[in-house]
Amino acid sequence: MSMIDDSRPIFLQIAELIENDIVSGTIGEESQVPSTNEFAAYYRINPATAAKGINLLVERGILHKKRGIGMFVSTGARAQLLQTRRKDFQTQYIAPLAREAQKLGIGADELNAMIKQSLISELTEGSGIR
Amino acid sequence: MNDTQAPAIELRNLTKSYKDLNALDDISLSLEPGRIYGLLGRNGAGKTTLMTMLTGQGYPTSGEALIFGANPFEHDQTLARICFIRESQKYPDDFSPLQAFKAAALFFANWDQDLADSLAKDFALPLKRRIKKLSRGQLSAVGVIIGMAARAEITFFDEPYLGLDAVARQIFYDRLVEDFAHHPRTIVLSSHLIDEIANLLEHVVVIDKGRIMLNEDAESLRGSAVAVTGNAEKVEGFINGYEVLHRDSLGSLASVTIKARLTATQQEMAAELGLELSPVPLQQLVVRTTLAAQSREELTESQEALK
Repeated sequence: MSMIDDSRPIFLQIAELIENDIVSGTIGEESQVPSTNEFAAYYRINPATAAKGINLLVERGILHKKRGIGMFVSTGARAQLLQTRRKDFQTQYIAPLAREAQKLGIGADELNAMIKQSLISELTEGSGIR
Repeated sequence: MNDTQAPAIELRNLTKSYKDLNALDDISLSLEPGRIYGLLGRNGAGKTTLMTMLTGQGYPTSGEALIFGANPFEHDQTLARICFIRESQKYPDDFSPLQAFKAAALFFANWDQDLADSLAKDFALPLKRRIKKLSRGQLSAVGVIIGMAARAEITFFDEPYLGLDAVARQIFYDRLVEDFAHHPRTIVLSSHLIDEIANLLEHVVVIDKGRIMLNEDAESLRGSAVAVTGNAEKVEGFINGYEVLHRDSLGSLASVTIKARLTATQQEMAAELGLELSPVPLQQLVVRTTLAAQSREELTESQEALK
């Protein structure tokens, strides 16, 4: 199964796959996610590993258990995930950008101007105006 | 018998010697119940000997091999909890698979006939043909079916796939995951087809020359090493200070496998240096770790010889 790779623990990858589906809206809030055993069978992984991935999302409040029925996406899960990703945006994209800018001697004003310029061209290209 | 606290499998300073050879050399190990374990290692590493001790089919030279805290040797109560499928499992010559299953059903208390029937269908096993007329793959299928349908508390599969083609092996793995999900129990899979079973394993034990080389959760192993490839000089600079598991070079190119989980910053640094980082599959990791440990051992031996 190509969706699972060797670079990281499988349970993290399972949790991320579910998160992606929630962020993209493929799995709506309050709808049921596949069971541990279904994940295990589909991805051909150890059921304990699949359970660990799902439990991680339960701990974070993304999923909740309905006794005797299964796992469901919590209300507000999508907003929560978007918020986390926005927070990660700082560490994953902005921090390296700032580091590199400092290395090259690009000051805050110059960097701001550059970001603004990129944003504008992104916006105009993206919306097809002009 | 109160054995809820006892590990499913426990080895205490286990040694098994054949004349001058220590097939198992002072091994200690404790495995809890309800998991799928991979017992990995090269041919002749001691895997089969270990399982033979654990299933009461041989006795240690010294130390102990315990199943749920009890010595399995000639201990019926304990033996009833174990199923051991050998690489070349023997059956009475004039038995058919159907008769072999009937015999197994008498011995194993949790035997599931429906599971045996559906597996036999999956493997397209001729149930009434005499076992000695079966192909190598069909013979392996008989063992796999007994091992799974027995639903023993502890099941040992010693390289159970000889002669099974890729499709049949996949059926085995898929059905094993499915059945284990509904009936969790202790399963020990001995195999050298590590890539095929890597994702099924929760815990990995690697033995070599009768000793334990690696005893770790599969999940913590995943991503614990990385291969760094690129300009040899830059690679050497980058990997400085890490434990090196393997080194390959081709002209000015080098590829070095190091034991490390790189941070995002380090990955970025590698990218800036034009180095490529690639994940190391479990099979590679096992091979590299085993070989690295061997060369370390040889080094210490030669150092000791010099003293």
